Amino acid sequence: MRRAGLAVAVAALSLAGCNTKDGPKEVVLTIEHSRFVPDVVHARPGERIRIVVRNTDPIDHELIVGDQGVQDRHEKGTESHHAARDGEVSVAAGSEAVTFYVVPEGAAPLLFGCHLPGHWDYGMRGTIRLIRSSSF
Amino acid sequence: MRRLSSLAAVITGAAALVGMMAAPAGACAGLVTPGGNVRLLRTATLAAYANGLEHYVTSFEFAGGGAEFGSIVPLPAIPSKVERAGDWTLQRLERETQPQPAFARADSAGASEAKGAEVIYETRIDALDITILKGGGDSVGEWAREHGFRLTPDAPAVLDFYAARSKIFMAARFNAQAASERQQAVGDGTPIHLTIPTKSPWVPLRILGLGLEREARIDADVYLLTAKRPSLLPTPGDSLKPGFDGQASTQLLDDLRSDKGMGWIPASMWLTYLHVDQSAGRLTHDLSIDPTGRGRVSGVAAGLRAPARPRPPVSVTTSSLSTTTLAPTTTPTTAAETATSLAVLPARSDSDSSSLAAPLAIAVAAIGLVATTLVVQRRRRDTPTPTS
Repeated sequence: MRRAGLAVAVAALSLAGCNTKDGPKEVVLTIEHSRFVPDVVHARPGERIRIVVRNTDPIDHELIVGDQGVQDRHEKGTESHHAARDGEVSVAAGSEAVTFYVVPEGAAPLLFGCHLPGHWDYGMRGTIRLIRSSSF
Repeated sequence: MRRLSSLAAVITGAAALVGMMAAPAGACAGLVTPGGNVRLLRTATLAAYANGLEHYVTSFEFAGGGAEFGSIVPLPAIPSKVERAGDWTLQRLERETQPQPAFARADSAGASEAKGAEVIYETRIDALDITILKGGGDSVGEWAREHGFRLTPDAPAVLDFYAARSKIFMAARFNAQAASERQQAVGDGTPIHLTIPTKSPWVPLRILGLGLEREARIDADVYLLTAKRPSLLPTPGDSLKPGFDGQASTQLLDDLRSDKGMGWIPASMWLTYLHVDQSAGRLTHDLSIDPTGRGRVSGVAAGLRAPARPRPPVSVTTSSLSTTTLAPTTTPTTAAETATSLAVLPARSDSDSSSLAAPLAIAVAAIGLVATTLVVQRRRRDTPTPTS
């Protein structure tokens, strides 16, 4: 029902992210039908990125960025609501939220996803691919 | 950031015809209780067609404990009447088509608006609050969320799936206080009868998998009563197993006709019984029905093909440089789609032309050449598993 063209455009833009002058690279993640678009984001180790999450669904979602351990803790943990942290943000239905994240230098694969009940299993997840070369 | 308070599940997709009887069977729907427990819930619906009117008789089962639950049922068009149905029509159909225990056989002798979703009609039947909504998937989802329904992650896609075909939904939920005042017992069903003017008979099947894991099995029974042997899409096969296929018995029709609001049942009908046996992840379609048996089933009505989208206004520049904006139209359908959609027009046209006020006078008892009765019984083996 919605803005497929826009989503594609956003996806194309955010796949590479965009560097703002004197600011962190911005990545836009659009949520539609409980999926992240794009589901693959590229970033450099050590880079601080600004992540804009646009929730077009009529249900709440969240974004959790981190390695598998972080994802497991949120998926299986029992932590209740807490204040926003870098790389972790709730996105109410039909709203937009922003979080920042510093890409670690480590080699562990980075993931992002939503851990509201059933959402991760439904496939609401993505990958951050590290760019090692300086050409990107 | 896990939310302990998030209880998962529940827009129960009691699809239009989710069967439920006091006995086995029944469509199960996720239910959220104040304590956070998700219980199985059985709901049932019977839909029938006569003279362009579709009759839904849906039963919602009270789960008790002060719990409230919500169900959302996609409808092909705006109902012209919403009323309490008879108490035993669904049970009689089940009894006719499913094996019964010996003792049972012996007995058988005997207005507001939220975020764009338009509230077409509201009523309370017994302790059940019924709301007929018109809107897109987003707006209906937002309305549901704002009214306490818990939407599972697949809900946005499923609501959009149905809204692309018909923007009419029925939301139903028990009012706990009203149920308490009525001393409604757990398991008590409240049958609802909706009269819906439509030319597009279809049975929502995909919604039966709402909130279920992909591997969860959908186990449902579909009963059709038509004047003639109906044409169906998809064609019955492995996942839609044909059962009974023949003339309905006079006794069955007489019994159905004698229940409240069922006087429209013709003297002769064809009974088709289908058993849905499919995983939730693969049940991505509905069932299109041509009650005339002429093969005029539609891939769109079956959910196998996306409806044509309206084209944006087209600007035409003439030689005099004036600009004309043409009215939106729809994209042309393929020859095959046109051929198969003649009798299954988009529900929108029906919806837009009907309202509750006038059609309320429509006689429900009209006897038509074509009448289809169907009941889907869904047995959910797996519960949507909230992980909070």
